[in-house]
Amino acid sequence: MAVDISVTVNGKLCTGSVEPRQSLAGFLRDDLDLTGTHIGCEHGVCGSCTVLLDGASIRACLMFAVQANGAEITTVEGLGAPGAMSPLQQAFHRHHALQCGFCTPGMLTTAQAFLDENPAPTADEVREAISGNICRCTGYVPIVAAILDAAGVIAGKPETPPHHHSNAGHQP
Amino acid sequence: MKPRGFDYVAPTTLEGALEALSNGGDDARLLAGGQTLVPIMNFRLATPDLLIDLNGVKEFSGIALQPDGSLLIGAMTRHRMVEQSELVREHMPLLHAAMPLIAHVQIRNRGTIGGSLAHCDPAAEWPALCLALDAEITAVSQAGNRVIPIADFAQGILTTALEPGEILTQVRFPKQKAGRRYAIKEMARRHGDFALAGVACTVDFNEDKSVMASRIVAFGVEDTAVLLNGVSAAIRGRVLTEALLREVGDYAASAVAPRDDFHASEIYRRELVDVMLRRALAQAVAAPDLRRAA
Repeated sequence: MAVDISVTVNGKLCTGSVEPRQSLAGFLRDDLDLTGTHIGCEHGVCGSCTVLLDGASIRACLMFAVQANGAEITTVEGLGAPGAMSPLQQAFHRHHALQCGFCTPGMLTTAQAFLDENPAPTADEVREAISGNICRCTGYVPIVAAILDAAGVIAGKPETPPHHHSNAGHQP
Repeated sequence: MKPRGFDYVAPTTLEGALEALSNGGDDARLLAGGQTLVPIMNFRLATPDLLIDLNGVKEFSGIALQPDGSLLIGAMTRHRMVEQSELVREHMPLLHAAMPLIAHVQIRNRGTIGGSLAHCDPAAEWPALCLALDAEITAVSQAGNRVIPIADFAQGILTTALEPGEILTQVRFPKQKAGRRYAIKEMARRHGDFALAGVACTVDFNEDKSVMASRIVAFGVEDTAVLLNGVSAAIRGRVLTEALLREVGDYAASAVAPRDDFHASEIYRRELVDVMLRRALAQAVAAPDLRRAA
């Protein structure tokens, strides 16, 4: 039983014909070729599928595509583009806030929605904000640093340098 | 995993939803926020033939202060809306304090009070909050409406008083006595996880700082949230000294009948009840009150 849907994704009206059981994450990835949204756990705990629904961060694995009919979705692809990364994406790059990159789209959408609501957060508030996104690689420190840096840059402050391990033993 | 196939309807009115539920048969399920049902369907622990999506029924959503000072929250109201509501912060701040404990922001953006109550997980915050605040739940069917006092609502693990054909439409939180203090403390392995054990309470104090009355709820401990009536009786008329807190903490730890499961042993849950109770009561003494002066 296919249902016709039309969803605005990253500003563009997209249509599709989906089974009700198709998740929003599956629709974005398989029907629209927007594979930035990742599927990690399919039960809402890992955060790698996080997208924005009418500006609010949600789990795309816990919503059916049919439910998104008429809605506005922003995926990681909508935050910026190669060569035109958003301040947040640039900060992630600067701070090495990704290694394998699997959690990264979910981190970016989550962080973007967070900064949209809370433009001048403390480090503790940032940690709280990303507590629903699991990262297996970075240990979170560079992710928090990147988000704080991005908040500053968006507010017009200079970039903060990335954290380095001690330079003891390395002559400049 | 992917869920099994199902038929899907999205009514836009209460009547439409009741009609769909009535026609839907035994294997129809209501879809609220989906933050519990969809994982269960993705695990194929539930395989409904029909999903009745309530997200389009606008009349179910909203927060309203009534002339009598009670607060009405529609069943489809998202946790996030409660979290960010000035009305809630002002008039029912225990709810405001508790919302950040529910999972994570992405869950709270979709999850609903009605869905949480209808599911009635032993460790969920909403059933405990409703018990602490002596709330009433409205259920509607094609036969009419009824109001279910919270004391009668949770009937067992994941089991409520809701009958087939009924939809939970709203929750009413009665006006709380002036000066009433509140607290909620829970322990979870990671921030946002289900509580291994938690205590939510409201306490009324006399002028001399002795306890006038209290409602103390333990959640995550037994099959449903439970009122610790023995603790309330033990502290009535007494000042909450460290010694009294230790005494009631010990008492509560032995009085509860905790679940022993994969997440926490019975012994650990008893320990947690003791600690969470003492922390919650200490917090109720230290500060927040339920109604600020106008």
